[in-house]
Amino acid sequence: MTTQYLLQLVISGLVVGSIYSAVALGFVIIYKATRVVNFAQGELLMVGAYVCYAFLVQMHVPFGVALLLTILFSMVLAMTIERLILRPMIGEPIISIIMVTIGLSLVLRSAVSVVWGTDILVYEPKLFPQAMLMVLGVPVSLEFVWCFVLSIFLLVVFSIFFKYSKAGVAMRATAFNQQVAQSMGISVKKIFALSWIISAVVSGIGGVLIGNINGINNTLYHFGLKVFPATILGGLDSILGAALGGVIIGVLENLFDGACSTYFDLAGVKEVAPYVILVVILMIKPYGLFGTKEIERV
Amino acid sequence: MQYCGDFRTTYEKDVKIFETPFVKICMGFLGVALLALPFLVKGEYLWILMQIVIAVIGAVGLNILTGFTGQISLGQGAFLGVGAYTSAFITAKMGLPFWVGVPAAGCVTALAGMIFGIPSLRLKGLYLAIATLASQFILEWVFLRWEPVTGGSYGIVVPRPSLGGYVFDSDRSYFYIVLVIAAVMVLFATNLMRTRTGRAFMAVRDHYISAEIMGINIFKYRILSFAVSSFYAGVAGALYGHSLRFVSSEQFGISVSIVYLAMIIIGGLGSILGSIYGAVFMILLPKLLTVVTTQLGTSFPGIAEVAIALEQGVFGGIIVLFLIFEPDGLAHRWKMIKAYWKLYPFSY
Repeated sequence: MTTQYLLQLVISGLVVGSIYSAVALGFVIIYKATRVVNFAQGELLMVGAYVCYAFLVQMHVPFGVALLLTILFSMVLAMTIERLILRPMIGEPIISIIMVTIGLSLVLRSAVSVVWGTDILVYEPKLFPQAMLMVLGVPVSLEFVWCFVLSIFLLVVFSIFFKYSKAGVAMRATAFNQQVAQSMGISVKKIFALSWIISAVVSGIGGVLIGNINGINNTLYHFGLKVFPATILGGLDSILGAALGGVIIGVLENLFDGACSTYFDLAGVKEVAPYVILVVILMIKPYGLFGTKEIERV
Repeated sequence: MQYCGDFRTTYEKDVKIFETPFVKICMGFLGVALLALPFLVKGEYLWILMQIVIAVIGAVGLNILTGFTGQISLGQGAFLGVGAYTSAFITAKMGLPFWVGVPAAGCVTALAGMIFGIPSLRLKGLYLAIATLASQFILEWVFLRWEPVTGGSYGIVVPRPSLGGYVFDSDRSYFYIVLVIAAVMVLFATNLMRTRTGRAFMAVRDHYISAEIMGINIFKYRILSFAVSSFYAGVAGALYGHSLRFVSSEQFGISVSIVYLAMIIIGGLGSILGSIYGAVFMILLPKLLTVVTTQLGTSFPGIAEVAIALEQGVFGGIIVLFLIFEPDGLAHRWKMIKAYWKLYPFSY
């Protein structure tokens, strides 16, 4: 394996990983505030990508406006989901909540297929200029660079939001103890709605980025499944963990794939590598790299 | 039927599976009806019935793990696959009879379940759910890539069972085998939950720290419940493979795991009866939806494609509605209906 090839694997891993990070961020935000694991995270991404496609290509709206409208749509969708589906489930066992988000994911997937069909759709015109950039002697498409920069930007914005803004602090308080937060005058209901909105918006933007690169079709939700290993690796309730987890999974899956197809005759390791890594990590560090260790007493 | 609550005065009464003679008679009728059904229904309907009975085995297995021991598993589909492939390998490639293949499938799957259950030593709840999700994807990948054993993407053709010179060739004769195995396994599970082991499972579910303080070895019981549950999954998978006479990797995807999880949640967590209701419901629902959508597609040819896409959404929507409006499952609803009749004019 040449250094050139190795570098190429790492760089493409970083790019894909940064998108994993963005989606994992959405996942973590919901989990952190509401203790709900959203199995429909990939579907939120898919819906974002399709809605942006509808505005941009089908209705010929300029990109900036289309992106804003997509964000608006994601917000409304998230609020509806939170209000209609998740709120009645408060207090139900974790498994029911998992199942309800799985049911939701089926509904969203079907809705997308009904409206847009199952063919691959391509963003036209492309959002970013088509050019190649040399990074450490490896050619990288400018789209990838944009993707990477935007994902990092999202992560930084939300780290700051959680650390310093009033709403961010309220969300952390809610995550820590809902009852105490409520008695301090925080509206837990509003926080739940807010966290769903932020999560859907972040995933929607992730969807737009991916859609722009690869085109979109109805298997886009697979990104959501890749996000589980990333999130768990970093720790379910850590934003930094989501960021690093996504990038690590992205790079490692590429390296695994490269190594296995070079040295052994094994193709398609890419699909399972994140899960193997996940199981190994869970055995060693059950709460991930940065997750809060839950201490239980009788 | 007792009219004012259960008053059990002897230990024998307390441990009875069928509480009253009335229930016994009802179960007798149910048994006779099940035995007679293959002669009453034909073709596709018989096949659906068989799939329900097979699903009951898998659902009971998953309920032992998730409903009774409190360990969420998203890997039941893959464990069904392990069973199906094991039995397929033993019967089709090694030439051993079905009667060896099915128990072996159970045992191999139990072993696989124990291996994938090891993370449960340190994980629970959500983290374990995602660890089992990982086992689903890893196993699926193995099914597709381990070609000498699994046949890769071509799959394996498996034979139907035979005994002496008689081959259980028709769906009707095979249905009886499935029915007997399912009945034995459901009874075994019901009884298992009344033993020391079963109660230990429930203690681990309710509060694992308290259980440990009471002297229950939680790791042992967690692994054991993975083993028992996977044994059921293995047998169900093997029976499923032999019913189709063909085993391939796409039959055991993540969607199968989701359907099984839906079965036990909709039926009722921690209830053997609930697993049965759930299996019936979740196998019939897609078939019903298909009937409706094909009808729609033929009457309005323009929307045939949309109708197919809608099917999945309606399926998901029904799961969501069920969870919101009937969170305790069908078994609980059935209990409420019974209580209503028992208490009739004084229902409050």
